[in-house]
Amino acid sequence: MQEHVLPAVPARAKERKAVKPARRLKPGQVVGRIFLYLFLILLAVICFTPFYLMIINATRSTVEINRGLSLIPGKSLIDNYITMQQSMNIWRGFLNSLIVAVPSTLLAAYFGALTAYAFSKFNFRGNRALFWVVLGTMMIPVQLGIIGYFQMAVTLRLVNTYWVLILPSIATGSTVFFLKMYMDANLDSALLEAARVDGSSELGIFHRIVLPISLPGIATMSILNFIFTWNNYLTPLVMLFDKDKFTLPILIALVKGTYKQNLGASYLAVAISIVPIMIAFVLFSNYIIAGVTAGALKE
Amino acid sequence: MRKKENYGYLFIAPFFIVFILLQLYPIIYTFYLSFTNLSSANPGGEWVGWANYARLLTDQFFHKSIVNTWRIWIMNFIPQLIFAVMLAAILTRARIRGASIFRGIYFLPNLVTAASVGILFNVMLGWQSGTINQILVALGIIDEANKIHFLASGAWTSTFVSLILWWMWFGHSMILFMAAMVAVPQEYYDAAAVDGAGAWQSFWKITLPLIRPIMIYVLVTSLIGGLNNFDIPFVIGEGQNLGTGGPEKSILTMVMHMYNLAFTAGRQRGYAAAIAVILFVMVLIFSLIIFKLMTRREEMAGRVLPRP
Repeated sequence: MQEHVLPAVPARAKERKAVKPARRLKPGQVVGRIFLYLFLILLAVICFTPFYLMIINATRSTVEINRGLSLIPGKSLIDNYITMQQSMNIWRGFLNSLIVAVPSTLLAAYFGALTAYAFSKFNFRGNRALFWVVLGTMMIPVQLGIIGYFQMAVTLRLVNTYWVLILPSIATGSTVFFLKMYMDANLDSALLEAARVDGSSELGIFHRIVLPISLPGIATMSILNFIFTWNNYLTPLVMLFDKDKFTLPILIALVKGTYKQNLGASYLAVAISIVPIMIAFVLFSNYIIAGVTAGALKE
Repeated sequence: MRKKENYGYLFIAPFFIVFILLQLYPIIYTFYLSFTNLSSANPGGEWVGWANYARLLTDQFFHKSIVNTWRIWIMNFIPQLIFAVMLAAILTRARIRGASIFRGIYFLPNLVTAASVGILFNVMLGWQSGTINQILVALGIIDEANKIHFLASGAWTSTFVSLILWWMWFGHSMILFMAAMVAVPQEYYDAAAVDGAGAWQSFWKITLPLIRPIMIYVLVTSLIGGLNNFDIPFVIGEGQNLGTGGPEKSILTMVMHMYNLAFTAGRQRGYAAAIAVILFVMVLIFSLIIFKLMTRREEMAGRVLPRP
């Protein structure tokens, strides 16, 4: 359909570029632009305000919070912290979440890369079909098998351990998918052949050549996997019984029952669980957005 | 050469072993359990045939949970889709200053722990000292004496769960649409401009048809997530208890109902497993319907999912 118009395009594009510096908006367009920016800013305020008020309220006393809205911090941060610590060991929850999220992320990265490497560079029979299976695994939500998984963990005496939370990350379909695309584009088969000729073992090639070259892709997926595991609520809720094993989301959800009368402490506990993710996002937003997007796009 | 290719099987083996043992088998086992009466009373779990499914037909809470789950998802998804497509078009084509900053801020709520978000809004939706009521008073929308007891109303609670999901997800969908729109060649728009098409026409005739595969992806993944909705409705209800389902049970979702049956008093795991199976079937049927309705035949083969 477009073919007959396409030849005209290059000239047109040049013309537009030449015209652009002199381009002036008409008064109607200026008003339109102002409304557009106001809309975008309003939406940004809606997105950020809950976090902002959460941080502000974490520094205010319950009396102050009851009195009304404030956009400037109060002086009760330390008091709120002491109240919070009296009935909840939030740093223990923090540590527990790390104990689950760090090994999960590492396993997903290592085995995800290994699996992706096989799909990218080895022409074994069934490569295509099995890769479709990997894509299919991305579509299955954990909730569907949670009862069977729990019963199985009971039988294997793995309930109330971190193993049931960590081990499944060996099979993270999205990581395999992303890294296969990454390796298809960035991993030179000639380099691998050269290493083979030099007598490197297959696993040695993976460790010494494939992993280092794929590191930027692995980092992208690892940030996402870390956040995903960090945020996971249902599986730890089902699997963990001991309060000192609870991960952060479980502890935070118990805030409701714990600080009924102390709003400042509630806000502070929620803030402690959310602020690290916000910091991670500020630091890695480009990686994160690249990783999120890649799942949906072909190339 | 044959020896080398065998390493391919070796390298994918850990993934598939773990997938089969820890993901696929639990689902199959859940199917099996749905035909037993496994519970605190029957820890052995005898075979009961279709009894659990027959019971689902008369379970008022289950019926309610299906309606709730769909209502909460649809009320979040429609505005989510509209905002996501509109914002993606604005941020990719309208030469906005600071577009990447807007993109980041809109996306931020998506990354935050859903359970924490639920608790945050539980506190903010409070009656006399809740932040949202205070904002409404400050803006002059309501007066001090008429603060709304949001979490005591089934309709408000359900609406806010949808609103929170919208808030968490429109930025995510927007990013996907932006990636798809950036990939549309500028030449198409230039050519359309030569033919006299305005921005609005270009959007309908060029942008929308070309982002169709991403649209399907967003719809299917959002539907799957929406049918499995748990974290926020589970924690947001008023009072100390988790998973109450809110006033009039208006935010009792299917997964919540399943969790409550399987992991609280009575531990009716066989019966709860039947809900998981229904959920599975629902996910499957509606995903297939969407693919069928929205996908042209040539797209089925290669565009929606990547060619391996």
